[in-house]
Amino acid sequence: MDFFTFVQLGDASVRMAIPLLLACLAGLFSERAGIFDIGLEGKMLAAAFLSAAVSFASGNVWLGLLAGIGISVLLSVIHGLASITFKGNQLISGVAINFFAAGLTVVIAQGWFAQGGRTPSLPNDARFNGLDFPGALTRFRDKMQASPGMQFYSEFVSGHSILVYLGLLTVPLSWWILYRTRFGLRLRAVGEAPEAVDTAGISVVRLRFAAVAICGILCGIAGAYLSTAVQAGFTKDMTANRGFIALAALIFAKWRPWHALGACLLFSLFFAIDIQFPRLELRVVWIMVLLIGSGVAMTAYALRKDKIDVIVLGGLSLVLALVALLAWRGEMSDEIGAIAALFETVRVPSQLIQSLPYLFVVIVLAGFVGKAIPPRAGGQPYVKER
Amino acid sequence: MDAMPKWADVVLVPVVSLLLAAIISAIVFVAVGQNPWDALKLMAYGAVGTSDFLGYTLFYATNFIFTGLAVAVAFHASLFNIGGEGQVLLGGLGAAIVCLYVPLPHWSLALIAGATAAAIFGALWVVIPAYLQARRGSHIVITTIMFNFMASGLLIFFLSGPMKPIGEMQVATAVFPAATHLPSLHDVAQMFGSEMFGRSPVNISIFLALIACVGVWALIWHTRLGYEIRSFGKSESAAKYAGISAVNITMVALLISGGLAGLMAVNNTMGINSPQLVDNAAGGAGFIGIAVALMGRNHPVGIVIAALLFGALYQGGAELSAATSIPVQIVVVIQALVIMFTGALDEMVRAPIEKLFLRSQRAGE
Repeated sequence: MDFFTFVQLGDASVRMAIPLLLACLAGLFSERAGIFDIGLEGKMLAAAFLSAAVSFASGNVWLGLLAGIGISVLLSVIHGLASITFKGNQLISGVAINFFAAGLTVVIAQGWFAQGGRTPSLPNDARFNGLDFPGALTRFRDKMQASPGMQFYSEFVSGHSILVYLGLLTVPLSWWILYRTRFGLRLRAVGEAPEAVDTAGISVVRLRFAAVAICGILCGIAGAYLSTAVQAGFTKDMTANRGFIALAALIFAKWRPWHALGACLLFSLFFAIDIQFPRLELRVVWIMVLLIGSGVAMTAYALRKDKIDVIVLGGLSLVLALVALLAWRGEMSDEIGAIAALFETVRVPSQLIQSLPYLFVVIVLAGFVGKAIPPRAGGQPYVKER
Repeated sequence: MDAMPKWADVVLVPVVSLLLAAIISAIVFVAVGQNPWDALKLMAYGAVGTSDFLGYTLFYATNFIFTGLAVAVAFHASLFNIGGEGQVLLGGLGAAIVCLYVPLPHWSLALIAGATAAAIFGALWVVIPAYLQARRGSHIVITTIMFNFMASGLLIFFLSGPMKPIGEMQVATAVFPAATHLPSLHDVAQMFGSEMFGRSPVNISIFLALIACVGVWALIWHTRLGYEIRSFGKSESAAKYAGISAVNITMVALLISGGLAGLMAVNNTMGINSPQLVDNAAGGAGFIGIAVALMGRNHPVGIVIAALLFGALYQGGAELSAATSIPVQIVVVIQALVIMFTGALDEMVRAPIEKLFLRSQRAGE
C-alpha cells in the first residue's frame, strides 16, 4: 500500500463525510434546542430531488441549491408545527417526514420527468464541479507519479466542489454560533431548561423554530450536495440512510460541533475502506481474540451486576464465541489442522463493514465508553404551566 | 370530566385525521396530473374489485396486523419500537431455518415450529436494544433503527452466502419443502367447492393474526402483566412506586413486541405462493405498523380495521401504479400523511373538536 492509496482514502472520506457532516450539524442545532429530529433523512432527500430538478430546469445550480434549502426548511417548519406548536410526538413526526419525502420525491419525479422516479442527468454547467487549486494536478496519471506533497495537495486539498469547503467551514461557524453568541447560549439553554429561558422573558417557541429552520438549511445544502455535486441528478432513495448515520455521528460526538466533524470523518472512513478494499481479510486467531475477548469482558462486567445483565450479556458473549468458533471451524479441513487453521485468513463480509457505523453507535449508546447524555429537555414539548 | 364523549375520541378524531390525509393526497394526485376521484376508484377496484384482489388485500392486512400489534404493545409501555422491520427480517430467518433444516412432516407442525422460531428470533433481535433501554437508558428509537440496518446486512449476508442454494442467482434461500407449505385460503375455499381468492397468497396465518389480536387484548387489559405494562406507560414513577420493576417491564414489553413482529414472517415467508426467504422480505411492513397502531389507537380492534385499510391501500396502490404512470410510492406518501395526522398532529385535529363539544355542552346547559 503506497502513500497515494492513503491520500485517495482520505480524499474519499472527506468527500463522503460532507453530507454526513452537514446533516449532523443540522441535527445538532435542532437537538441542542430540544427538538429531536429523525427526519434529517427525509429533508435531505427532498432537497436532493428539488435541487436537481430546479438545476435541470433552470440550468443554474445555485437556484437549485436555493430550492433545495427551501423545501428542506418547509419540511422543518412542518416538523416544528407538529412538535412545537401542537406539542406532538417529535419522533413520530420525524418518521412521517421521512416517508413523506421518500414517497413524494419518486411520485413527483415520475410525474415531471417520466424517467422512472429520477431526474434527467444534469449537464456539467448545472452542477457543482470540483475546484482545481492553482498548481494542482488534475490528471490521474500525473498524480500517480508526483511527489507525496504534491499528491496530497492535488488529490486531498484541491479538486472538491465548493460545497465541500463550505461544509467544512460550517464546523467552526456552528461552534462560534453555539458557544460565542447570545443566540447560541439561549439555544443551548432552551434544550436544557426551557422553563428558565421562558422565565427570563425569551420566547421558547421562537428560539426552537429558529433552531429547526437552521436544521432545515443545513439539510438542504447536504441534499443539494448529493444530487448536484456527488452525482449528476436525483435517484430514488439516494440519501441511503445518511440521515440516520448522521444522527448516530451526532450521538457519538455527544452533540458537539468539532467532535461531529471527527465522528463524520470516522464513519465515512468506514465506507471509504469498504469501497477501496472490498476484500478485507483477517486471521482467524485475531477474530477469536477479538470476539471471545469482548465476550469475556462483558461477562466479567455482568457478573458484578444483576441477574438480567448476566442473562443478556452472557447470552451475547455465547453468540460471539459461537461465531468465532464457526469461523475457526470453517477453515479447518483434512489438509489444514485445527492449529494451522487459526492462522488462516477469513474474508470479513462487506455487510459487516457496512454495519460497523451502526454497531459503533450502539456501543457508544450503551455508555460503556463514556456516556452520551442528550440535552435534558430533548424530545419534550414545552408547556408553560403543567 | 372529559371534554369529549368516548366515541368522538375513538372514531371521530381518526376519521377527521384520515380525511385531512385524503385531502392532501388528492392535492398530490392533482399535482402529478391525475384525477383524484378516478385514482380513488381505481384503487378501490384494485383493493376489493375481484376476489383475487381481495385476497391480496387480506394478505397485506395480515402482515400489518402483526406489526401493528407489535408497535401497540410497546406503545402501551410508552416505548417506541421502530425496529419492527429488522425484527420481521430476523423472524423470517428463524422461520426459514426451521423450514429448511428441520424435517417437518406436516404443515400444522411447520406452522407451530415456524411461528415459534419466528417469534423467538424476532424477540431476540430486540433483546439488546431493550436491555440498553432498560439498564443503560440508551434511547430505544435510535438503537432499534440501528438494529434495522444491521438486520438487513445480516440477512443479505445469509442470503448471499450460507443459505443460498448453489447455482442460484437470486439473493434468497431455497424454496421450503412442500410439506411445510401453509394452506392458502384458496385451498380452504376449494374444500367448500369455491374458487374464492384465486392465486392470491392469503393463507391461514390470517387466523394466527386474529388469535394474536385476542391474545394481545387479553394480555393488555386482563392480566396482571398487562396492567403493569399500562401503568408503566402512563407514569413510570408511579409504577416504580407501586413496586413494578421498570427493567422487567421494559424488557418484557419489548420482547413481546419483537416476537409479534417476528411472527409476521409466518405470513410473508412461509405463507406465500413459493415459500422462501427473500432479500428485503419485510418490505416496509414494520414501518406501516406504526401508522396502523396510531390509527387503531393501540387497540386490537382498531388495529384490525386500520390494517385492513392499509392492506387495501397497499394492494390498491399496486394496481393503481400498474394501470397508470403513478409509481407505487404514492402508498408511502399516503402512509406518511396518515402517520403525520394521526400521530404527530393529533392535537391539531383534537383541539378544535374538543372545543366544539365544550361549546355544545355549554349551550345545552
